[in-house]
Formats: sequence, C-alpha cells, structure tokens
Amino acid sequence: MAVLVIADHDGAAVRETTGKTVAAAKLISGDVDVLVLGASVAGAAASAAKLAGVRKVLTAESPALGQGLAEAVTDLVVSLAGGYEAILTPATSAGKNFAPRIAAKLDVAQITDVIEVVDAKTFVRPIYAGNALETVKSSDAKLVVTVRATAFKGVGEGGSAPVEAVSVPGAGGPAAQFVSEEVVKSDRPELAGAKIVVSGGRALGSAEEFHSVIEPLADKLGAAVGASRAAVDAGYAPNDYQVGQTGKVVAPDLYVAVGISGAIQHLAGMKDSKIIVAINKDADAPIFQVADYGLVADYKAAVPELMAELTRIGK
Amino acid sequence: MKVLVPVKRVIDYNVKVRVKPDQTGVDLANVKMSMNPFDEIGTEEAVRLKEKGVASEVVVVSIGPAQAQETLRTALAMGADRGILIQTDADLEPLAVAKLLKAVIAEEQPGVVVMGKQAIDGDNNAVGQMLAALLDWPQATFASKIEISGQTAQVTREVDGGLQTLSVALPAVITADLRLNEPRYASLPNIMKAKKKPIDIKSTADYGVDVANRLTVLKVAEPPKRQGGAKVADVAELVSKLKNEAGVL
Ligand SMILES: Cc1cc2nc3c(=O)[nH]c(=O)nc-3n(C[C@H](O)[C@H](O)[C@H](O)COP(=O)(O)OP(=O)(O)OC[C@H]3O[C@@H](n4cnc5c(N)ncnc54)[C@H](O)[C@@H]3O)c2cc1C
Ligand SMILES: Nc1ncnc2c1ncn2[C@@H]1O[C@H](COP(=O)(O)O)[C@@H](O)[C@H]1O
Repeated sequence: MAVLVIADHDGAAVRETTGKTVAAAKLISGDVDVLVLGASVAGAAASAAKLAGVRKVLTAESPALGQGLAEAVTDLVVSLAGGYEAILTPATSAGKNFAPRIAAKLDVAQITDVIEVVDAKTFVRPIYAGNALETVKSSDAKLVVTVRATAFKGVGEGGSAPVEAVSVPGAGGPAAQFVSEEVVKSDRPELAGAKIVVSGGRALGSAEEFHSVIEPLADKLGAAVGASRAAVDAGYAPNDYQVGQTGKVVAPDLYVAVGISGAIQHLAGMKDSKIIVAINKDADAPIFQVADYGLVADYKAAVPELMAELTRIGK
Repeated sequence: MKVLVPVKRVIDYNVKVRVKPDQTGVDLANVKMSMNPFDEIGTEEAVRLKEKGVASEVVVVSIGPAQAQETLRTALAMGADRGILIQTDADLEPLAVAKLLKAVIAEEQPGVVVMGKQAIDGDNNAVGQMLAALLDWPQATFASKIEISGQTAQVTREVDGGLQTLSVALPAVITADLRLNEPRYASLPNIMKAKKKPIDIKSTADYGVDVANRLTVLKVAEPPKRQGGAKVADVAELVSKLKNEAGVL
C-alpha cells in the first residue's frame, strides 16, 4: 500500500525537509503521495509535484489548516488515512504537534524522530537525548512516523506528479482558535536546513552582545543563527534558535559553537554536524570532546580576529 | 477548577546514560532518578494557578513503578494536593499512557490538564497530543505562557519561526515548554507536609483499558562515537584548516 507524506512548506514552496521525508517514505513503499495543506498552497504544491518519485500531490486549503491547528490537520489526515499504510511528516514543531493526535485517532503508536528505515515496519530512533539508538518494530496496521530530516538525503527534483485537491472535512470536535502569531522575519537561512550554523551560548551575557558578536559572524559565513537553551532562557536569542534535545536538530556542514559548554542536551541537537568548531575559554569544556577544531580562547578576542581572518581570505 | 498534572519518573537529566552491553536497553540500576523536568514545569504552573485562585485543587498522577511515589511526593511538596499512582513495572508506550490518563480524567473531571511536552527518557513528545485526541479536547502544546480566565485558556506556544497564541475552550490539554516558568524548590516544611498528603495507589487493571505495547524493541545500541578533541593554536590555524583541510569555507 501507499505512504502519505505531510509536507512542510512556507506557502511558496516545500522545504528541504519534505524531500528528505519523501526519501524516508520511499524506503517503505514505492507509492508515495504528498499532502500539501495550508491556507493557500498552489506554489508549494507545484514544488512538491517536482520531487522525484512522487505519485500524486494532494492539496487541502482552509484558514484553520493555514494556522496549523492540530485539530483541523488531524480531521483532514484521518479522513485520508484509509488509503495509506503509513503517514510520515518531518519532526518539525508543527509535525510534532499534530502527528501524535493523528496516531491516537487511528489507535496506533506514533514513532517519533526516525533516523533510519530498516524495513517497512522497523525503524531506528534516538532516545535519551541521542545517547542510545533504539530499533523498534511496529505491530500496528498503520504507521504514523515523524522523520528527523537531517538523517536523510532528499530525493531531489525531476518528477511531475499530478496535483489533486481533496475536500476538507468540517470540524470533528472542539478545536483551538488562532489568536496571533509572532514570526521572526530574517534574511538568514533557516536553521534546520542551513549549511553553516553559528550558535551562541550563555557566555554572550546579553542580547546586545549576542546581536553584535554572533549575528555578524553568521552573516559573514552566510550562516543561520542558533543558540543554547541557556542563551534562550536568558533572553539573548529567540526561542526558535534553541538547538538541542528539546529544540531544533541541525546537521550542517559546519557548526560553530561560541561560548557553549556542550551539555548533553545541546550535543543532542548538533553532534551529527560534519565539522564542529568550538570557541570556549575553558579547555575542559565538554564541547571540545566533539569538536573537530577546538579553539581555547575568550570569544571577545577570538571572534573579531576570526572576522578579520575571514575578510582576509575574501569572505 | 481542578487541574490534573501527569508526572513521570525518569533518569535524572544530569546522568550519563549507558547502554547495556546486551543491547536490551539502558542501564537504570543504581542510577539517580528524578521527576521529568518538563513535568516539574507543569506542576509549577498548576500550583501557581492554585495560588492565583484560578485552580481549586491540583491532582498529580504518575504511571510507573512503586518508586514513582517519590516523584509524586516531590510534586506534593511543590504544592500539589494529592497524588494517584498507577503502579506498573511495564514500560508503557505513549498511547497506553494516554488511555490510562483518559480513564483517570473520566473519574476526576479536571477543568484542564497541564503536562510536560516531552519525557526526556523516550523523547516521544506524544502523550499530551494523544490524550487530547482520545478525549476530543482541544490541545495547546509547547506552552511558554498560559492565561486562564473563565472557561478559556490563552496559550502562547513556542513554534518553528517564533511564537503562536491560541485560545482554547476548557477542558483542554496544555503541554509545557522550557520557558513556561522556573519550578520552585520544595522547602523543608513543605516536604514534611507532603508526607501526609494522600496518594491513591491503583493498578492498570483498575481502569480496564488496553495497555498493550504496539512496538517491539529489537535493540538498543550506542550511537556512533564522534572523533573529536583536536585543538587549534589560534584563529589563523582555524581558518586555514577549515579552508584547506575540511573544505567548508
Ligand atoms: C529538560 C531539559 C532540556 C534541555 N534542552 C536543551 C536544549 O534543547 N538545548 C540546549 O542547548 N540545552 C538544553 N538544556 C540545557 C543544558 O542542560 C545546558 O544547561 C545548556 O545547554 C547550557 O548552555 P550554555 O552552554 O550556553 O551555558 P553554560 O553551560 O553556562 O556554558 C557557557 C560556556 O561559555 C564559556 N565561556 C564563558 N565566558 C566565555 C568567554 N568570554 N569566551 C569563551 N567562552 C566563554 C564557559 O567556559 C562555558 O563553557 C536542557 C536542559 C534540560 C533540563
Ligand atoms: N508514565 C507516565 N506517567 C505520568 N505521566 C506521563 C508518563 N509518561 C508520559 N507522561 C506525561 O506525558 C508527557 C509527555 O511524555 P512523552 O510523550 O512520553 O514524551 C510527560 O511530560 C508527562 O507529563
């Protein structure tokens, strides 16, 4: 039977996470459909149709879907679930919000944060902040899975799947109402998919310092900005910058940790990066154990030097 | 209004987790256990609702081994009024936990459930959403702010990209994120007082729900070790290596 992938998109196009989730879905079944839901999804649906190996793109539009309300997403997906043996979505904050609700409505387990598809019923996922990897086999007739996109290589383009609108069911029960949204607008790459990430920690000491040290370095490298929980809790950086066990998981080509100690909860979100650079004045900081290039230094001196050196080599 | 707070006993977040050599699980023998940090946040929020006069009673419930009584006592010492332990040595999956909580809710009739977004052992991030689905209640996950007035909760949520605010008609399920509050430490007098607060001990059989696991754990393995630890002398060496050795600049 077929697999349904619920797309992650920004309205105009699907995000990279979607192609990666399609790649995971292809390991379960050759027939993969992509559901693009939201307020207005024509652009995103067109980009989903180009993903290689997609059988069909389904679109569903309503204001509640546009607001990402879990109740509306669940009602829709449950109405479509009959035709699928598995439902996959990237483990974004949106996916984590609605996928367990869908699973419970279908009376099946949800398999969280899958990093490897062993076979159509067997998956590997991290537990205990990534300190252990568990292989689980499902006995459910239908699977609901969230996919850790960083663990998969996207399918790329080259497809031309047909796009088909599906009808949106009426509300099945009491639902949350959208009030407002504060979205941080930025010209920087998105953290989850960025090739380079520069993250700052508690050492920065203030929002101003975070702003004037971490952000220019990120911009010079064309990087996304991340942060430790301590930096977010203290208000130096917005909540969605948090990298870690309970924040975002990133795996860029280059991760630069500035003034971050390397607590296990932080490592859980970045230790699969290709190259890790740590700048920390404490030579014994645990971050150095995972760093490819550790620089024991005060960031106050090291970051300006780094900016100058990057300029010198033409960055 | 009654507030129900599910709390889980988990390995303490400071403990270095070790996988058992036979790959059947992680070693929990003689390891420090604590209340799941997100559940401390949930308990704190419920106790604050009571202190503000919004909540009349805070009931904490844990599903786990006999020692989960200690976890309930911690919550009682923080200010919860009474506890329910559904005692089991089985490692129940989120769906089974949600079904048991639904049965507890049928008896207790709370006005709101405040719980953690994620237990830091299984890292599932599922029970709250599943419970809301089974009850057909609205959900507001990953909360960084909760304001209850009358029969409505306004909840600010931490989402990718920033913050979202929802309004949910009660009863509802709300799951706590890290920034919701900073949990208090229980004072010694409150720890003493908590010893006298009631804990009702139940078994899973008392609730007549299907708690069979749907997943079989085939193996628990250690993740591949990262080769790190190399240091550079200065910024010039760092940039040179990033450019020439790693090829990432
Ligand atoms: C339930 C739970 C979930 C969590 N989830 C996450 C998560 O998702 N992500 C996360 O990051 N954390 C998470 N944490 C928190 C984690 O345990 C750590 O507390 C946090 O990562 C520490 O942040 P930090 O490294 O910035 O701060 P610290 O540990 O205080 O480290 C600051 C570092 O800066 C260095 N330093 C200070 N001054 C300078 C200077 N001038 N120049 C250079 N270096 C300097 C110090 O040597 C130190 O190593 C979680 C914790 C819990 C309990
Ligand atoms: N065994 C349990 N007993 C009580 N509450 C639990 C239990 N397991 C999970 N929970 C609650 O569900 C939340 C999310 O857990 P999880 O979905 O397992 O990550 C936790 O923060 C707890 O509030």
